[in-house]
Amino acid sequence: MNAEVRAMKTAAEQALSAAFAAACDTLPGKGAVAALREDAFKRFDAKGLPHRRVEEWKYTDLRALMREAKPLAGPAGAKPKGDIEPVLTGVDANHTAIVNGRYEPAWSDFKDNDPGVSIVELFKFLADEPGYRLGETPGSGDPAHWLNTAFMSGGVALRVKRGAAPAKPIHIAHVFSGDAGAAMYPRVVVIVEPGAQLTLIESFSGPEGIDYQVNSALELVIGDGARVDHIKVGCDGGAALRVSTLGVAVGAKANYKNFAFTVGGAVVRNQTFVRFGGEGSEGAIDGASLLKGRQHVDNTLVISHAVGHCMSRERFKSVLDGESHGIFQGKIIVEPHAQKTDGKMMTRALLLSDEAEADNKPELEIFADDVVCGHGATAGALDEGLRFYLMSRGIPAKEAEALLVQAFIGEVVEEIAHEGVRDALMFAALKWLGSR
Amino acid sequence: MALAVGQPLGRDGNLNRLIQVCEDEDVALLEIKNLHVEVEDKKILNGLTLTIEKGQVAAIMGPNGSGKSTLAYVLAGKDNYHVTEGDVLLDGKSILGMAPDERAAKGVFLAFQYPVEVPGVATMTFLRTALNAQRKTRGEPEFSTPEFMKRVRETSKLLGIDQEMLRRAVNVGFSGGEKKRNEILQMAVLEPRLAVLDETDSGLDIDALKIVSEGVNRLRSPERSMIVITHYQRLLEYIVPDVVHVMAKGRVVKSGGKELALELEATGYAQFADEAA
Repeated sequence: MNAEVRAMKTAAEQALSAAFAAACDTLPGKGAVAALREDAFKRFDAKGLPHRRVEEWKYTDLRALMREAKPLAGPAGAKPKGDIEPVLTGVDANHTAIVNGRYEPAWSDFKDNDPGVSIVELFKFLADEPGYRLGETPGSGDPAHWLNTAFMSGGVALRVKRGAAPAKPIHIAHVFSGDAGAAMYPRVVVIVEPGAQLTLIESFSGPEGIDYQVNSALELVIGDGARVDHIKVGCDGGAALRVSTLGVAVGAKANYKNFAFTVGGAVVRNQTFVRFGGEGSEGAIDGASLLKGRQHVDNTLVISHAVGHCMSRERFKSVLDGESHGIFQGKIIVEPHAQKTDGKMMTRALLLSDEAEADNKPELEIFADDVVCGHGATAGALDEGLRFYLMSRGIPAKEAEALLVQAFIGEVVEEIAHEGVRDALMFAALKWLGSR
Repeated sequence: MALAVGQPLGRDGNLNRLIQVCEDEDVALLEIKNLHVEVEDKKILNGLTLTIEKGQVAAIMGPNGSGKSTLAYVLAGKDNYHVTEGDVLLDGKSILGMAPDERAAKGVFLAFQYPVEVPGVATMTFLRTALNAQRKTRGEPEFSTPEFMKRVRETSKLLGIDQEMLRRAVNVGFSGGEKKRNEILQMAVLEPRLAVLDETDSGLDIDALKIVSEGVNRLRSPERSMIVITHYQRLLEYIVPDVVHVMAKGRVVKSGGKELALELEATGYAQFADEAA
């Protein structure tokens, strides 16, 4: 008997099939790209939306959480006044806007003309550079990623040339601008050539109260000796559902830092796949989530050490209020021969209410024998002794809690190297505290 | 009510506080009446009665388990210390219904026996937040930054606390002596009217003890009362009390002058085991 009997398709799955059949001829990219789409959708269709019996998606049952598949988002319209991502106001960066899943130069604000940086519309890039193989970065075997490949509607390819080091961060802003629920499937390629340096900010935002859906994917190729600081800012509207897949291929003697900051969205899954493919590299995958109401935020990491002599650190902190649900899944894989690997993972959840829930699932899969790997996880309420100490000095309960939460989050936010971004995120955290 | 001519205004020059102090001139600063306290269903204080006059420095001595630290926590308003009987009056008004921060704003300060580490919160930020929160509760204007900095710098210098320590997270990585000095610094900055020093001498070597005691002595004033809780007489050589109370089994069993401390040092606490029973 075949154990993989597919249950009846859900309404969302049926809608996705119909949408793909209707759109596959008009979606951008011909030839190899079209074949890639076709293949990805076939794979998705065979498995359907991931659900709780799929181990990697255990805590984020997309089949249950995604009741319907929204129609593909329409054109962006005119750019509203103000900054593209208010949270980053005050951060001096070059902004590239991807609105409703498509690159919008008119919404972008790319001030610098650095010869070491090129930014091109995704499908133009794929046509110009047939040598680039889309979807070769880790994570491409995931059902949500298949869905992105099937429906990808636009995006950009960013290249930082060999040895270049753009002075300002490059900000890729994903924005949903519709006034009714719709779905967007942006795809971004980032290539950081050997010896280059980049501070990359990715942000996600959209209006409050609109149940839009985002399935984004970013593939990042880091050359030998390159350095990338990557900050993800999740400020989606409170009714949004977003799944973001990040695949990173790290070369030798490179340095990759990722920080995922999440305050927005109803259901958010950040899935990050990092593969160390060259010796002597270091990676730090960190994050902070501040959740309230009924928010559900899942940070899932798969860090794979394919070669030895690399170091990875994962530090995640979440603050959970109301009935929110924070999930951290972290897997470190040390492949055979990846000796002298040093991998450590730490996650801490601070529960501000009795109804909030934190799930931690650390996993180590080690196939080499000369490695140092470890993980630790804690979840708990605010320390009563600390709270009393602060209150005994005259600080009211609410203010004492805010100070302690700020300190808790601050410990990881401080890891962000870029001062402007660090301050902006700390300010966003304070704002979150103020709105409790 | 009488407003004494020439009485100095508080350092902050706040008239309301002064008027309040004057209004209550005939009332003791602190009156503890027949206090019974349970912690996790265990009776710790057992009909404790104690009066602290304005400006008085009272030592509370007693064996381990006599309820000294419980008294300190109850005064500061810690959770899970259940008052089953009796009352605690500050300026003649009960404070038992007040949250710890409200009590602090009224002038109650507890120097902890084991000061807590507060990761991620710089000492300077902590002090300013606390001081301004108290002032806000009392309806006083917040301190300006230069004014505040000056005040902290002066005091920390006297206590041998260097500026680098003020930038570090509260008590994180501090030595035992540094933690205790930090408590006295907080006391000096917050200017309480009732300071409760819970075993401030524990874990201090003789040099640190001298620095801490000098810090405390500088804060003695006719407007400030202190309860100095200690197990040993040693601390009282440096902070000389006006009165000494002996606690045993959750109540005060003997009171006297400062010579009582010396007497205890010679005889020990065993004599009180029966008296309290």
